[in-house]
Amino acid sequence: MEEIFGIPTPLLFGQLLLGLINGAFYALLSLGLAVIFGMLNVINFTHGAQFMMGAFVAWMLLNYLGIGYWGALILAPLIVGFTGVILERTMIARLYKLDHLYGLLLTFGVGLIIEGLFRNEFGSSGLPYRIPPELAGAWDLGFMFMPIYRGWVVVVAIVMCLATWLVIEKTKIGSYLRAATENPALVQAFGINVPRMMTLTYGAGVALAAFAGVLAAPIYSVNPQMGSNLIIIVFAVVVIGGMGSILGSVITGFGLGVVEGLTKVFYPEASSTVIFVVMAIVLLARPAGLFGRS
Amino acid sequence: MTEINRRSLMTGAAATAAFGALPAWQARAQAANTVRIGVLNDQSGLYRDVNGPGSVACVRQAIQDSGVVARGVNVEVVVGDHQNRPDVGATLTRQWIDRDNVDVILDVPTSSVALAVNTIVRERNKIFLNSSAATSDLTGAQCSPNTIHWTYDTFMLAKSTGGALVRAGGDTWFFLTADYAFGHALERDTGNFVRAAGGRVVGAVRTPFPGTDFSGFLVQAQASRAKVIGLANAGGDTINSIKQAAEFGLTRRGTKLAALLMFISDVHSLGLETAQGLVCTETFYWDLNDRTRAFTRRVLPNMPGGSLRPGMGQAGCYSAVMHYLKTVAEMGVPAARASGVETVNRMKAAPTDDDAMGQGRIRPDGRRIQPSYLFEVKSPRESRGPWDYYKLLQTTPAEEAFRPIAEGGCAFLRT
Repeated sequence: MEEIFGIPTPLLFGQLLLGLINGAFYALLSLGLAVIFGMLNVINFTHGAQFMMGAFVAWMLLNYLGIGYWGALILAPLIVGFTGVILERTMIARLYKLDHLYGLLLTFGVGLIIEGLFRNEFGSSGLPYRIPPELAGAWDLGFMFMPIYRGWVVVVAIVMCLATWLVIEKTKIGSYLRAATENPALVQAFGINVPRMMTLTYGAGVALAAFAGVLAAPIYSVNPQMGSNLIIIVFAVVVIGGMGSILGSVITGFGLGVVEGLTKVFYPEASSTVIFVVMAIVLLARPAGLFGRS
Repeated sequence: MTEINRRSLMTGAAATAAFGALPAWQARAQAANTVRIGVLNDQSGLYRDVNGPGSVACVRQAIQDSGVVARGVNVEVVVGDHQNRPDVGATLTRQWIDRDNVDVILDVPTSSVALAVNTIVRERNKIFLNSSAATSDLTGAQCSPNTIHWTYDTFMLAKSTGGALVRAGGDTWFFLTADYAFGHALERDTGNFVRAAGGRVVGAVRTPFPGTDFSGFLVQAQASRAKVIGLANAGGDTINSIKQAAEFGLTRRGTKLAALLMFISDVHSLGLETAQGLVCTETFYWDLNDRTRAFTRRVLPNMPGGSLRPGMGQAGCYSAVMHYLKTVAEMGVPAARASGVETVNRMKAAPTDDDAMGQGRIRPDGRRIQPSYLFEVKSPRESRGPWDYYKLLQTTPAEEAFRPIAEGGCAFLRT
């Protein structure tokens, strides 16, 4: 069997592919964070809890209302996004004029409360959620056995990232948003309701997190701490990509997924820390991140 | 978690204040007749369902069932969250013993935390009743005259589950090991059994704890062509590993999964569809016999959500407190509080017997022994009702289930 650095080639390809799949989750989550930070200047530490809520809402839709995966993929982001809208209106909106730190503390606290409430109600072991029958099964790629569902996750994540980027960079609404970030007073003077736009942007960022949560439900254990396990990594991704840079967070998300996947082969013990090592190096060399504007 | 601790103590203080109307000698008698049990476990993380508030409910049930309160023994319970971190567990233990007069540290899942607590309790000559940590080092290299390891350990799990799978033809193994004291001990003990039975360990991968995505490690296990993948992990890690192994079709193509430590709440979380056919070893199952069912009926209303069935770690807390309080009642509170070693020796001298764990005894090295049960998870069709998850495959008698004393290398027995 062919080998690269003592590792059989098929195994290496397998890990690259798996890394790409995990990267899809990182990209989707960091995309939501980047949108919220880029447009609202809020460091949304509730993001992990909102990802978890997406998965739980999918479970509730199935078990209480009989609505399956496909319905949940649309409904769960809408429902969780709406809770985000309420959160923004009642709390976060009051902090825009203050230092970032206040937003960070508020969202961090809200995240802990949400997680605690779910843990109280559902326990910590998690709930079962099955892969939809249409996406069950696997392809034999020769070098590895690839579950169809994971392929679906990558495709959907890429489409979602592209769509978000297009909306913000190429549409009129996107241009209003970007303008409002630079100079809200001026944009408001043109008759655009900036506060409402901010609210909807936050809701959309939260909906993206919930969407990732629904995608994750069939493959990860649906439990209250599922978001907090991921969120720290995702923050590292956003920092490496450059705070607020949408393209940066997407590319970095996929890239770091691959780096992590390869670490799992060469030095598995370090696979949970490698991303932070990369973060430290990037911050030393480029404090604004790989794609950030300093 | 300090808050919980402080609050509980303040409630206790308020209760004492309410007795302020009593004559001073009576209040002093009350304080002199109080033993304090500190339940130290994971209240907020991945092991919350296998210990957490469920263990506390079982402790309170034991206090009620033991009847010691009617005999004039006052029992106070303090609860702490060690967050699966040895530093947090050690700090809480010191604080409880040095400041709050806690006599017994109970439960303590997560082997790395348990080993830290083990040392402190020995230094202070208090009592450590460990129900939920797995490492067999607690009665081996790091054994202590102040410690009783109550419910299960890595050796017993390895012998029962590992032995059964090797006998069924699984002679090549690959381990997915949680990268801390517990995982290492479980991998070591199981590996020894596999090799002793003529099998081979073809590889192992240390996975960061806690983990979410195990697919990369599972693919490595698959590439090794081992017949059995040994999951030397627990809680959420085990659930994610099993879920993802099913997703990657490992089990469908003949690879066997050995869930070396799995609790009933894990099975509940996976669902029978995914978990069916897995084998696991426990020392307690709520539906094992009339006594376990009676115990479960009593404690169930106070378990989290009123529906979570107790697992072996929680049932072990009940059993340990029952035996401890029986000993306290016999010795008298002042004598029982004076020396941890003396009380533990008295506990070792008498056999244990309670509804949850049945009959057992405590060996000189601190290992409590009882039969271990090998279960198979039922298929959805076989399950007749909620939480009807296990069928009994095999019972290992108490004397054979655990590591013989001579092989443990416990130092204090030699002095």
